[in-house]
Amino acid sequence: MAEVFVVAVDGSEGSERALQKAIDLAKATGVGLTLAHVIEWSPFSFHTPDELAMRHKRREEELERARDAILGPAEAIAKAAGVGCETVVKHGHTAEVLCEIAEQKKASQIFIGRRGQSKVGTLLFGSVPGSLIQMSPVSVTVVP
Amino acid sequence: MKKFAIALAICLLTPQLAMAGFDDTINAATAPIATAIGALVFFKIPIFGADLPLVVLWLVIGAIFFTFRMGFVNIWGFKHAIELVRGDYANPDDAGEVSHFQALATAVSGTVGIGNIGGVAVAVTVGGPGATFWLIMAGFLGMSTKFVECTLGVKYRNENPDGSVSGGPMYYLSKGFSERGMAGFGRFVGTFYAIGIFIGALGIGNMFQSNQAYVQLNNVTGGMFDGLGWLVGIVMAAVVFAVIIGGIKSIAAVTEKIVPFMAIFYCFFALIVIFMNFAAIPEAVSNVFTGAFTGEGVAGGALGALIIGFQRAVFSNEAGIGSASIAHSAVRTNEPVTEGMVSLLEPFIDTIVICTITAMVIGTAAVANPGFAGDATGIAMTSAAFEGQISWFPVPLAIAGMLFAFSTMISWSYYGLKGWTYLFGEAAVGQTIYKLIFCVFVALGCVVQLGPILEISDALVFLICVPNILGLYVLAPIVKREMDDYMVRIRSGEIRRFKNA
Repeated sequence: MAEVFVVAVDGSEGSERALQKAIDLAKATGVGLTLAHVIEWSPFSFHTPDELAMRHKRREEELERARDAILGPAEAIAKAAGVGCETVVKHGHTAEVLCEIAEQKKASQIFIGRRGQSKVGTLLFGSVPGSLIQMSPVSVTVVP
Repeated sequence: MKKFAIALAICLLTPQLAMAGFDDTINAATAPIATAIGALVFFKIPIFGADLPLVVLWLVIGAIFFTFRMGFVNIWGFKHAIELVRGDYANPDDAGEVSHFQALATAVSGTVGIGNIGGVAVAVTVGGPGATFWLIMAGFLGMSTKFVECTLGVKYRNENPDGSVSGGPMYYLSKGFSERGMAGFGRFVGTFYAIGIFIGALGIGNMFQSNQAYVQLNNVTGGMFDGLGWLVGIVMAAVVFAVIIGGIKSIAAVTEKIVPFMAIFYCFFALIVIFMNFAAIPEAVSNVFTGAFTGEGVAGGALGALIIGFQRAVFSNEAGIGSASIAHSAVRTNEPVTEGMVSLLEPFIDTIVICTITAMVIGTAAVANPGFAGDATGIAMTSAAFEGQISWFPVPLAIAGMLFAFSTMISWSYYGLKGWTYLFGEAAVGQTIYKLIFCVFVALGCVVQLGPILEISDALVFLICVPNILGLYVLAPIVKREMDDYMVRIRSGEIRRFKNA
């Protein structure tokens, strides 16, 4: 099986830089890319009955939006650069799901951008790259 | 903008109606209706000196029947229910769909309401300490009824073209009877149920909640809101309006998140109060058991205590009413039995845990200090029991009561809506009309006194048990078959376990 890098994509500038870095490296080494977007979601959250009834439809909409607005443009950039890639979108805890995808695809590395948030911000809200580094089964490249 | 204009209009118009004595006018108008409906629904047969309402007998027999018919699923299904809620069987590919936990949490915040705080006090006042025992028994048996109705809710739901789902007793009644060649009768009971849940949503799920929240608020502020029921009502109605019509999800999201913590907070402090009265615990517990079987000082003796206990339990956990199956139908699962299993935890949490704790708070307070509550009843009595040990507790209790009432109203507004759309179709205009009616009743709930209101809402809720349980009897063989088939596949490992294997 050909080597794969997983790139976390969320449409932000940081994730664009991560994508660019991954493309550069993939081109040089002949590796394929898996562009992954995770929609933050917890099975242990609370909703009104109305929201539950509409949940399936919302989920479909979220997946469609992720494919069209976030993964589509990223895929176009990678293809234009001549790098083979596929896309994945899933619901869940971002860092956990990225690790799962990396394991499934037998990826050798995960690329992720960062927001450059303040210390206080990280203390309060945590950071996805931060938890990913702790959990990941493979090397993680955090692109500034 | 239009929405706000309507809201404003309601706010401006209603105080005009609130002339002196408005409360009394409403009371005078509703009391005879309450008496009439109550007499009809709670038709009583005298038996061994107690008056046994037929409808309570109907519920008890149903709950006992389903417990045996499903082979005590309320006992052996408990562990599996926990595993399901924990997500052990959740396929990661379905992430983002409604989880079992979410369905349970939503249904529980619909049932955990004022009934758990105030209703229990009513039960203990009327039925004596022994009513607690029967309350727990009713909760235990109710788990089986709940299992049957929620399984059916998922199995017979409708999937709408827009991807949403509509389910509940009206759907399983009409489809289930129709499968057995009784299409006409099915349509009749389905419609009857839909009307009942719609009116019930305005009573138990609405007026009773806002009424008790108001009473508690007034009580804790030392009567600051005397005669201002209409004002509190309008404020509450405005908040409900903002959520169900204005679509202000944040308010709903906040309550839905706070309510579970409030429930834990409530239980925690209740346990503290019980243990502060530790000297009274043995006597309070023995009162529960002796009261249950001797019924000392209770009208109708032990049977009287039993009747009150069962009545209050159903009022609190809604097993047999079928409302929870409306909420559970939203879960996208191929296995209806899983929702049934999860739902059997509701009467457990609601009645066996929370109601029992409330009953013990009152029971120990009564032993330690007879006459602690003065002439207070309902939620004010519970509040007095807490106050005896923790003087500031009525304040957080009032807040918890308001939040419980609010989340119950939100859940019931949805149940009533499903009854309405079953009757009038899914059109958006109709739904808005329903929601407006609902808001008006929230405000109305604060101006009517407890007596007639409790009678009306009790009666209506018990009334819809009749067609619901009838349907459950007829469809029980289907549930049994589904359940056995499901358990075979669980044991053989055909249904995969994804976590904690």
